[in-house]
Parts: sequence; structure tokens; C-alpha cells
Amino acid sequence: MARLKDLPAGERDLMMKIPMPHFDATPFVTGKPLSERRVAILSTAALQTRSDRAFAWGDAGYRVIPGQTQPNDIIMSHRSVNFDRSGFQQDYNVCFPLDRLRELASAGVIGSVADYHYTVMGANAPERLEDTARHIAGLLKRDAVDTVLLVPV
Amino acid sequence: MWVSFELGRPLGVPNDPAFQTRVLRAALELMDAESGPVLEDYPEDVPPELAGADFNGMSCPIDLPQPSSVEPGIVEDLLQEIHQVAPWYDLAVSQRGRTTVGISDLDMEQAARFLAGYIEDEATPAPRGDLTTGRLLKIVCEDLKAYYSEAASAQPGMSASIAVEHWLFNETTLGKLLWEIRNTRTEHEDDETRYFARRSLIPDRQVQYKGAKAYDP
Repeated sequence: MARLKDLPAGERDLMMKIPMPHFDATPFVTGKPLSERRVAILSTAALQTRSDRAFAWGDAGYRVIPGQTQPNDIIMSHRSVNFDRSGFQQDYNVCFPLDRLRELASAGVIGSVADYHYTVMGANAPERLEDTARHIAGLLKRDAVDTVLLVPV
Repeated sequence: MWVSFELGRPLGVPNDPAFQTRVLRAALELMDAESGPVLEDYPEDVPPELAGADFNGMSCPIDLPQPSSVEPGIVEDLLQEIHQVAPWYDLAVSQRGRTTVGISDLDMEQAARFLAGYIEDEATPAPRGDLTTGRLLKIVCEDLKAYYSEAASAQPGMSASIAVEHWLFNETTLGKLLWEIRNTRTEHEDDETRYFARRSLIPDRQVQYKGAKAYDP
């Protein structure tokens, strides 16, 4: 998330108008040490594998990125043009840090990397993504994931 | 964890594993907090030469002509430009071992011919029959932009996103055609085409830079 002053005026005004939700409770849990955690990525960059369906406008679904996906098979079909794509084009780790997670797992910093990772298209009202989020949460549990790295673009 | 990096680069710097790892470790280590909620600011910025431009108060430094109606031979001009860009695109693919081009399943000549043909005549046959015109325009333009962007970012001195973006939208025939679509389709009768022209083609910062009319989401 960039600083507001670094955004074009239109984007900045839009951000300023987004209502800030109020939460009556802020649940917090502690868990395993980081070195024992199994980590998955959930990206809002509308990434997909090359053979999967492109995100349509208003698409509130999700796409799966298997952990063994080859780098050339990860592409992007986000509707927004108001974030940089050239970084992703040069190195997908700048928004989907799968290689970095693997390195941290090899170094013992985290326990392991999940077998499956997920992407959604963030240009959606959050409430439209609730069903998708709950569904993904169930899938993550079945992959024994206990930590999710939420990576917005 | 909040980071200061430009939108699209949440790990900060492409091709800098050390930088990315510092960001990632800082985020993951928050998992060891014993109470919360936890909200931390990441203290490190990207190197200045990679930072996005500050557009506040900026206006276009040169008097760019408003794109006029499409000139005869624009298809050939676009194909010639793609041919000139190709060596850098090929180099980028070779160096990176990957490309992000391909969302439309069209090769660049097909994409270019459709885009230029559509601008001249909306009855131009679509190369894919399974998509609406608005959807097809979107993915064709994204593929062409990705092709140009990957090529440009492989060139020396083009590592900042704004350098690539400025070149693409202000100095290329493709950019001229993208502006032509925006300038002529923002009141289009088709909802998808109108939305595409208004909001899903030209980045807001380029719209602001050029002083063009902005449209709310």
C-alpha cells in the first residue's frame, strides 16, 4: 500500500472515501512458533495459471496456483490498470513471493510451504468476496495451513 | 504490516531477493506476537531510483497533440513498432525464463491487427468468438501492453515502473492507439466497452498527467 501522497489525485480521493469498518471485537489468537508454521499465499492480484480462466470484470471468485506451477505459467488478468505490473513482469516474487517462502522453509525460518496458493481480484467490494474467502479458508485447513500471507497489490 | 511501496509491488523491489526477504520476514515474524491486534509500519523504502513518480501538481511538460482520427496505415505502423520491440521482448523472456503475455491466446500480430482494425471499423471480425467485444478489447490491450512493458523493462535505465509507463503511453504508436480508444469510446453505447475506455485502459496517473477527463469507478 503506497502512501496517499504518492497516488494520483483520483485514486487518493477514492481511497479517502472508502468507509473504515468498525469492529466490535478484535479476535486474536497465538499459534505455533513461526518455525513450525505451514504458510500459504493469498494474493489480490488476479493471478492465474496460463490454462485457467481469466478473471472477468466483477469476478468475485478465486483461482488456484499450485505450489509446483512453473514461473512461465503464472499470468495476470486483473481489471484494474491502477497498479504497477512491470514489477510482476520482471519477477513474480514482488507480488507473489513463492520463491522467497521456499527459501525461508529451506532455512528453517518457517515450517513448510503449502501445496496450494490462491488469488482473487481485489477490485471488488469486500462483502462480495466473503463467500470466496470462507471457501478458501476451508481449503487451506484441508492443506494443513496455519498461516496465510495476505498480499494485496 | 503496512509498506510504503507503490501499488503492485508489495514486496518492494523485483529481482532483489534480499530486499524481498527482509519484507517477508518482518511480516511473518509478526505471527510471534503474543497479543494484538498487530499493525506495524515497515520502516524501509525502496531505493529512490526505483520509487514511483510524485504526480502531485505535475502537468505534461510538453504540448502533446491530442490523438486525431486514425491515420491510414496505422496497422502497418503498429506491426512495424512491434517488430522493433521484439528483440527486447525476446531478451526479456530469455533472461527471465518467462513471459506474462498470453491472456488473449493471440499472437501479437493478431492482437495488433484486431486492435487497429477495431478502431477503424468496429465491424472488424473478432479473432475470438467466445468473448464480448469489451472483454476481448481488454485482454488484447493487456497483452500488447505486457509485451511492450516486458520489452522496455529489459532495457537499461528502465527499471522504474513510471519510466516504462511513460514511454508506452506517450511515445509509442500503441500508446497513441490506446488513447484513441479512450478518446472515442468513453460514451460508447455498450456498457463493457464504455467502462473499458473510461476505467480499465489508461492508468489514472497518465490521465492526470495529460489533463484528460477522469471518470469515477
